[in-house]
Amino acid sequence: MPSSKPSEPFIRLLLIDDETVFVEVLAKRLSRRGIEVEKAYSGGQGIQLLRKQDFDVALLDLKMVDMDGMEVLRVLKLVAPDLPVILISGHGADDAARQGQAAGAFDFLAKPCDLDLLIEKIHAAVGRGGGG
Amino acid sequence: MTRKNGKLPAPYEALARKMILTILIVSFIPVFLVSLTIYFQFHGLYRQKVEDHLVEMVRKHKQQIDAFLAARAADVQFLADSFGRAQLSDETFLQGQLAALQRAYGTTFVDLGVVDAQGHQVSYAGPFKLNRADYSRAAWFKQVLAQRTVITDVFLGLRGLPHFIVATRYGQDDDTWILRATIDFESFNKLVSNIRIGTTGIAFIVNRAGEFQTTASLPAAGKGCFAGFYACDADPSKKIHVFLRPDENGQESIFVTGLLKDRNWLLVYRQQAADAFSELHRAERMSLVFFVLGGVCLLVMAFVLSRRMVTRVAQADREKELMSRQVIEAGKLAGIGELAAGVAHEINNPVAVMIEEAGWIQDLMSDGSLDTPENQAEVRRALKQIHTQGQRCKEITRNLLSFARGSDSRNRPLDVNRVIGDVFNLLGQRAKYAQVAVETRLAPNLPLLTASETEMHQVMLNLVSNALQAMDKEGGGRLTVSTALADGKVVIEVTDTGPGIPEAILPRIFDPFFTTKPVGQGTGLGLSICYGIIHNMGGQIEVESRVGQGTSFRVILPVQTVDETDGK
Repeated sequence: MPSSKPSEPFIRLLLIDDETVFVEVLAKRLSRRGIEVEKAYSGGQGIQLLRKQDFDVALLDLKMVDMDGMEVLRVLKLVAPDLPVILISGHGADDAARQGQAAGAFDFLAKPCDLDLLIEKIHAAVGRGGGG
Repeated sequence: MTRKNGKLPAPYEALARKMILTILIVSFIPVFLVSLTIYFQFHGLYRQKVEDHLVEMVRKHKQQIDAFLAARAADVQFLADSFGRAQLSDETFLQGQLAALQRAYGTTFVDLGVVDAQGHQVSYAGPFKLNRADYSRAAWFKQVLAQRTVITDVFLGLRGLPHFIVATRYGQDDDTWILRATIDFESFNKLVSNIRIGTTGIAFIVNRAGEFQTTASLPAAGKGCFAGFYACDADPSKKIHVFLRPDENGQESIFVTGLLKDRNWLLVYRQQAADAFSELHRAERMSLVFFVLGGVCLLVMAFVLSRRMVTRVAQADREKELMSRQVIEAGKLAGIGELAAGVAHEINNPVAVMIEEAGWIQDLMSDGSLDTPENQAEVRRALKQIHTQGQRCKEITRNLLSFARGSDSRNRPLDVNRVIGDVFNLLGQRAKYAQVAVETRLAPNLPLLTASETEMHQVMLNLVSNALQAMDKEGGGRLTVSTALADGKVVIEVTDTGPGIPEAILPRIFDPFFTTKPVGQGTGLGLSICYGIIHNMGGQIEVESRVGQGTSFRVILPVQTVDETDGK
């Protein structure tokens, strides 16, 4: 049973964003903080990864070229209804957050986001989704 | 500001001129026609009335004169019939008869005389010494032998005074005797000379030789002067004739004539036309004055009225211009908000990368393990990435600035294709996220428009961003933007494959504040601003839409020569 302590490296996170460089660097930084990151560069890729393996939490960009983040969220929720999904978007729009939460997202963060805050949210999500 | 939207006074001048002309034509033509009709009607009627009056007067006098002459002849015949030659040859008796006649008729009968077959006066009653006077050579004597009763023309005779003779003949051959009476010229003259109308109206009698039979205050006219009047004799049914001809002074005059005394004399009434029709002419002058006054009033009214109206129109135009300017300004603010939201996302992505890369370097430094070559390479890569993302931000802000550039609305030569390029630089990313495939079909070598760059940006941003929004909701689509030159006008077409606009609201989409978006999300100004801007440029915007198939906006802009508004 993974505990929610930052030092424990057992959180598996699915990061879905089409901003490749962002995905790479965020994955590196999160790895250093005990979060194992699977990188998906598009909505489709993310859904495929989720079909193959389990994740504790997903980080999903709302604006992507191939698929709308909202659509991806709906599919993710179909594939893994219990998976907490944190939405991130450069579009700091409140209604996107509201919409996302209505569609079952765990939380919403505006890009660029504070890493500490992000990690806090990830732990909160895992603690609630995984620890229940 | 020199804009070509009709603020210059010239079109208003033309409008005012057109209005004046219209008012004048519309009001003058009926007035003119009515006046002309009334004038001719009145003129004809009045003339007829004057002539009728004169004809009637001349007819009356003619009858009166004829009656006078007939009565005098009857008087003489009555004397001769009643008393016979013997009694009348008695001078005392004859004087008695003359006195009786003078009692009855005043001084009309001047004298009486009995003349024998040889022309000698047998007896005489009267004021002159004419006993035994010889008339054998007198014209009237020869006439009376032939005709029994004669009324002579006026002549001076033996006594040297104007008079005329009424003579009647009795008996045969040597028994022939003649009773002769002299009629006083003055009393006869009165019959005619009291006909005086106006200032120039006079009446007189002439014989066939053109000699005056009454006193007339006019110089002796040529003998042939009245010959023409006698010619009218040919039509006996018309006893009185009216002529219009110049008198001896060349003044246009009206002549009314009637024949007298077995057509031997002519009664002539003459009056200068100007005098005879003086009332008519005064009425004409009066109406002319009214007409001119009315015309001047009309002219002044047309001038003042159209000036005032055009001033109003100009003022209304100015207010409308101001209003549309304010709406455009308000729309600009709203547009900036929308643009900011769109751009924020695009900037946030590279900024997020930069922050994370910087954070990554910090992570590496906090380990204190920067000495290893891999970590150094990693730091260099991160720094390069920060640089790259910085460049990306710069590109975005540069695009943004191209919209801020020349935020005044001055007209400049403008390439529409470049404007469309600018718009896609800014909205390209948004199109990508909305899964919209963009196709541009830009005609090369389009003529430059004279327009405000800011305003054209605004129009294109509105149309493209509306299309993107419409298709984003549908999960993507295809946006086609094309430019073309048709009939000397630049045609821009923005076609999307969005949900289309329902027919019911299609006529309202250009109305200000009309929006289908939820409260607080749209101002409803976008398309109305486009409409305003395009109309100010003298162009038009058309929309075609089918629900489920898409919408197409067509902007048609006139090409103006650059130098037309280049004089900034």
